[in-house]
Amino acid sequence: MSNLSQRPENPVVGVALPHESAGLHVTGAALYTDDLVHRTKDVLHAHPVQVPHAHARITALRTEPAMAVPGVVTVLTAEDVPGLNDAGVSHDEPLFPSEVMFHGHAVCWVLGETWEAARLGAQVVEFDAEPLPAVATVAEAIETDSFQGAQPVLSRGDIEEGFAKAAHVFSGEFEFSGQEHFYLETQAALAFVDENEQVFVHSSTQHPSETQEIVAHVLGRPSHAVTAQCLRMGGGFGGKEMQPHGLAAVAALGATVTGRPVRLRLNRTQDMLMTGKRHGFHARWRVGFDLEGHVLALEATVTADGGWSMDLSAPVLARALCHIDNAYWIPHVRVHGRIAKTNKQSNTAFRGFGGPQGMLVFEDILGRCAPLLGLDPIELRRRNFYQAGQSTPYGQPVRHPERIAGVWEQVIDNGDVLARQQEIAAFNAGHEHTKRALAVTPVKFGISFNLTAFNQAGALVHVYKDGSVLINHGGTEMGQGLHTKMLQVAATTLGIPLDRVRLAPTRTDKVPNTSATAASSGADLNGGAIKNACEQIRERLHVVAATRLGCGPGEVRIAEGSVSTLDGTASLDWDELVMAAYLQRVQLFAAGYYRTEGLHWDATTFRGSPFKYFAYGAAATEVEVDGFTGAYRTLRVDIVHDVGDSLSPLVDLGQIEGGFVQGAGWLTLEDLRWDTGDGQGRGRLLTQAASTYKLPSFSEMPEEFNVTLLPHAEEEGVVYGSKAVGEPPLMLAFSVREALRQAVAAFGSPSIGVELASPATPEAVYWAIERARAAGTPPAAVIQPPPREGRLSRA
Amino acid sequence: MLVARPGVTSATEWVAINACLAPAAALAGQEVVTSEGLGTPEVLHPVQREMAVRGGSQCGYCTPGFICSMAAEYYRPDREADGADHGEVHGPNGFDLHALSGNLCRCTGYRPIRDAAYALGTPQGGDRLADRREEPPDAPEATEFSDGERTFVRPATLSAALELLHRNPRTTVISGCTDWGVEVNIRGSRADCALAIDRLPELRGLVVTEEYLELGAALTLTEIERGLDGRVPLLAELFPQFASRLIRNSATLGGNLGTGSPIGDSPPALLALDARVVLSGIGGEREVPLADYFTGYRQSVRRTGELIKAVRIPLPLAGLTAFQKIAKRRFDDISSVAIGFALDIDEGTVRRARIGLGGIAATPIRAYHTESALEGQPWTRSTVLAAAGLLRAEGTPMDDHRASSRYRAAMLGQSLLKLYARSIEEVVA
Repeated sequence: MSNLSQRPENPVVGVALPHESAGLHVTGAALYTDDLVHRTKDVLHAHPVQVPHAHARITALRTEPAMAVPGVVTVLTAEDVPGLNDAGVSHDEPLFPSEVMFHGHAVCWVLGETWEAARLGAQVVEFDAEPLPAVATVAEAIETDSFQGAQPVLSRGDIEEGFAKAAHVFSGEFEFSGQEHFYLETQAALAFVDENEQVFVHSSTQHPSETQEIVAHVLGRPSHAVTAQCLRMGGGFGGKEMQPHGLAAVAALGATVTGRPVRLRLNRTQDMLMTGKRHGFHARWRVGFDLEGHVLALEATVTADGGWSMDLSAPVLARALCHIDNAYWIPHVRVHGRIAKTNKQSNTAFRGFGGPQGMLVFEDILGRCAPLLGLDPIELRRRNFYQAGQSTPYGQPVRHPERIAGVWEQVIDNGDVLARQQEIAAFNAGHEHTKRALAVTPVKFGISFNLTAFNQAGALVHVYKDGSVLINHGGTEMGQGLHTKMLQVAATTLGIPLDRVRLAPTRTDKVPNTSATAASSGADLNGGAIKNACEQIRERLHVVAATRLGCGPGEVRIAEGSVSTLDGTASLDWDELVMAAYLQRVQLFAAGYYRTEGLHWDATTFRGSPFKYFAYGAAATEVEVDGFTGAYRTLRVDIVHDVGDSLSPLVDLGQIEGGFVQGAGWLTLEDLRWDTGDGQGRGRLLTQAASTYKLPSFSEMPEEFNVTLLPHAEEEGVVYGSKAVGEPPLMLAFSVREALRQAVAAFGSPSIGVELASPATPEAVYWAIERARAAGTPPAAVIQPPPREGRLSRA
Repeated sequence: MLVARPGVTSATEWVAINACLAPAAALAGQEVVTSEGLGTPEVLHPVQREMAVRGGSQCGYCTPGFICSMAAEYYRPDREADGADHGEVHGPNGFDLHALSGNLCRCTGYRPIRDAAYALGTPQGGDRLADRREEPPDAPEATEFSDGERTFVRPATLSAALELLHRNPRTTVISGCTDWGVEVNIRGSRADCALAIDRLPELRGLVVTEEYLELGAALTLTEIERGLDGRVPLLAELFPQFASRLIRNSATLGGNLGTGSPIGDSPPALLALDARVVLSGIGGEREVPLADYFTGYRQSVRRTGELIKAVRIPLPLAGLTAFQKIAKRRFDDISSVAIGFALDIDEGTVRRARIGLGGIAATPIRAYHTESALEGQPWTRSTVLAAAGLLRAEGTPMDDHRASSRYRAAMLGQSLLKLYARSIEEVVA
C-alpha cells in the first residue's frame, strides 16, 4: 500500500461534512467575483458590441458615436492591444476580431461609468460588415469538408476480420446535441492596476494560471506582472476552463488603458450567445456481434462540432475516442475522429469532456441493437463487460474490471430490478396510454488529463505561531466541494482538528503554473500536493516533538491536535509544539508538489496509459411516459458509484446526484437550437435565455433517488484511497435515455429497435412513439428513416 | 425575497417574489426580507440550517433565492405539519414543493433541497417573522419617484390611474411586472413613465354573484388560487401549471391579458370558461367577451387610456373541464400549446362545448369548428376521433425552438383524446 492512500486512525477525511462555505451560501454572505464591484471605488463597466452575422468581414468600425453617449469613457478596440490580440492558447481566437466568426461575436468593448452607459454606447457603435458564407450545422460541415485540427484514429485489431466473424452486423447514424453550461453565475472579471503597473484580475475561472497567461500575452507583459485570483465560482462545469480568459483580458486591458478598475460581467443572454458549450456530435457507425451478442467489431466516424475555433476541441475529441468503449470489451476497433469547423460559438470543456459523447455513441448502439439481437438490454450490456486481463482499445489495462460487474450486480440488487421488471410488464399490460420502463447502464471513466504534463499540482501551507494553519492550493472552488476536501486532507495529514485550518482563495502568486481544475482531478492532484506540504511540516515538527517528549521522531503521534509518544506516556498540545518549533527556528511553512506517476500517452498513435485509474458506476432508472404527448417522469433512480474511499461523503453524494440530473438534462430536456435557415438570422442561437433553454427543475428530480457509494473501494496510489467524482456520474444518466427508449418500444412491440433523438424531449419521445405504434409488431417495418435522425439498417 | 402582504388565514403572510423582476420603487413603504435578513453564518435561520447541513448548497449562487422561497413556505400559516401524506409534491410537514418551482439549481439535482424543505418544523416561539404575521402589513404607498429622466408612479385610486393614463398615453402600465421586468432586464426596454396598478383596491375584488364570478384584474394568481380554493376546477388545474409560485405571487390576470401574448396560459382557460373582460376608462366601463378581445399579435380591443378592471366568469360552470399544457418541462415552462376545455355533457350528449387554444395562432383563439362538431353529438370515441381531426386543423401553429408545427397540431388532437380517455376512466372509477 502506498503512503499516499493510507489513512491514519480517526482521519478527518471520510467524515460527512457540509460544504465549507455552506453557512455563507445560505445567508447570502458568500462573495462572488461580481460582488466585489460594490466594494470597489471608481469602477468602469464593460459592454460588448456584438455583430449579428454568422460570418462576416468587418471593413469599418466607427466608435465615435459611442463616445458621444454620456458616461462612456472609451471603446476598446484591436488598436489598444499592446501584446497579442488573441484569447486562446492555439492562437486562433482573435480577441478583437476583424472577421466575425459567429452570430453575436464581439468586435469591441465599450467602457462606461455605469453599465447602462456602456450598454447605450455599445448600441450606437457602427460597423460595416461584409457577409461571408457560413457553415451553420455539423451536417453542412461534413458536406462541405469544413474541418479543423488533426483527425486522429483509434485502432485495435483487424476490423475486417471482426466483421467477417460477426453473425449480426448493423449500421447507423446518430447526431446529438451539445449542452449549455448554464452555470448560475455568468462569466465575470474585475481588473485593477496595482502599484508598479502590476495587474490584478479577479476572475470567475477554473484555470487561474491560464487566465494569468492570456492576460499577460494580451498586455504584452510577463506572467509575473499579472496576478489572477478566483474567490469561488457560482458553477463552472467546464465552461470556465477556457472561456474566462479573453473576458479577463478585456477587463485587464481596460484597466491598463484607463487606470481605473474595470468590471466585465456578461448577462445571461450574452453569455449564452458568446461562450462555447458542450460539443454536439455526429456519428456514423457499423457494429458486429457474434451469435451470443458479444461485440466483435466497431467501426465509426465521429465528428465533433468544434464551432469557430479549436479551443479545447482536440482534447475533447481525444477523450471521446478514449471512451467510446465505455465499460465494454471490443476486440476490433477503428474509430476516426474529426472536428467540424462551424460558424457557431467555439465549443469547449463540459463535465465529461467528450467522454459522455463517445460513450453515448456506443450506448445508443447497444440500446438500438438489443431488441434486434433478441436480448434484454441488461443482459446484452452485462455480456460485454471488461474482464480481467483485458485492455482498452488504446492499450491501457483495465484495472479493477471486477468493479464493473460489482456495481452492476449491486445496483440491480439495491433497485430490486428483477421484481420491478415484472411489475412494469404488468403495469404496461393494463395501461394503453401510459408505459413504464426500467433501464440499467454502466459507467467507466478514465481519470487524469489525457495530456500527461497537466497531471501536476502545487500547494502552499503555512502554520502560524499560534498554531492556526492556512492552506492554499492551485485548485478552484466551483461548488464541487474541492476546498472542503482539501481542508479535510490538511487536517488529517497534520493531525489537527478541522477548525484549526483555513483555506485562502486561489491565486497565481501563491501557487504558480497550475493546471485547470478540470478532468475531475482537482482533489487527486491538489490533495496530493497539500498532503505533501503538510508532511514536510509534520516531519520537522516530529523532530521538535521528539526532543520535548524524549522519544525518537518516528515515535511521535500527532492526532486531533494532541502530540504524544506512541505509547501515550508523554504529551503536549499542538500550539505548544508549534511555538517551540518557531523558537527553535524550524520552518513552519512548505510548498507541496504532486505529480501523477505512471502515465504515458502518445497523441499521434493514440496509444498509451493516459489514466491513473477508472471510476465506475451503474444506474437503474425507471420512467413513465404519457402516450398522448410524449411527456415523461423519472419515477425512481438507484445508483451505485465507486468513489474509492470517499474523502467527503456528503460532497461526493452531491456530485453524484447533481451530475446525474445534469446528464439527464443534456439527454432529455436541454435543447440548443440555432437558426439554420438562409435568412438574416442564419447562425443565430435561438435558445438564449432561461425562458427558451430549459434546465432540469424540481419536476425532473427523480421521485425516489437512492445513491450508494461502493463500499471497501480504497484506491491504491491516490490521496487517502479516494477516487475522483466530478464528471463520471453525469454519464449515469444514460439510464434515463435508455429507459425512455424501452418505454417507447412498449407502445409498439418489444422487438423493435427504437431510434430516439437526443435530447429526448417530449416531442422527440412522441414521434418515437408514433413510429413504434406504426411499426406495430413486425420488426422489419420499424427501420424507416425518421425526420431529423439517422438511419438504422441491417448492413 | 420576502414581502409582507395581506394574508388569507393571518393578517400578514410572507410572500416570496423574484427580486430581479420587482422595480425597487414598487416596494416603497413595503416590508422586505432577504436571505441576509433571515440569519447570519453564526446564527442560522432554521431554513438556512437545514439547507446547509443537508448539502442543499454547492456553488451557493442560487441558494439565497431558494432560502427565501423556502422561508415563505415555512411561514405559510396554513401549512399543516401533521406528518400525513399530502400527495406527490408535499412533504409530511405540509411543505408544498411548488413553492420552490421557480428556483433553478444547476449543481445539486434538487434532492437535498427537497429533503431540507421536508425536514422543516414549525416556527418556534420568539420567531419575529412568525410573530409578525399577527399584525397587518403596511399597505403599499402611493408613490411618485423620478430620477429626472424617468418616472415611476403608483397612484392611490383607479381614477387617478385613469387620469394619468389619459394625460400621458405613452405610459407603460405594470401590474405585477413579471413580463415587463424581463423586457427591462434582458431586452433593455425602458419606460419613460411606469404606472403601477397592481395594488389598486378597485382592481382587487373577488366577487361571486348568481350570474358570474368576478376576479379583479390586479389580484395575483396566488390570491385568486387561494380565494377560489378549488371552486373553479378548470382554474384549479391551470394554476399549478402557470409559471411558478414565485411568478404567481406577482403576476395578475390583468397583466396576462394586457400583454396579450399568444402563449399566455390564462387565455385558453378563460376562453373555455366564456369569460368576459371589464374595461375601465375615463369615460366609464364596458364589458367585452374575451373571445372578441384579442385582435392580433399582442393587440386587443382595449383602447388607449383603458385598463382591464376585472374578468367575469359566467355561472354555472360546465361539468367537464380540463386544462392541458404542452411544454418541455413540467414545472415552470412556457407553453408550446395550451388547451382549455369546458364541456356540458347531458345524458351522454355534448350540449355545449367551449375550447380555448394558446400557442397556435397570433392570438389565443376559440376552436369554433371543433366546438360545433361536438355540440349535439354523443360523447363517444367516434365523435371524439372526428372532432380531434378538426381540432388538429384549428389555428396556424408555427415551427420554433419550443416545438414543431406538426407537434403542436398533433397535440391539439391528442388533448381531446386525453380528455375523453380521462372522462371514461372517471366514469368507470
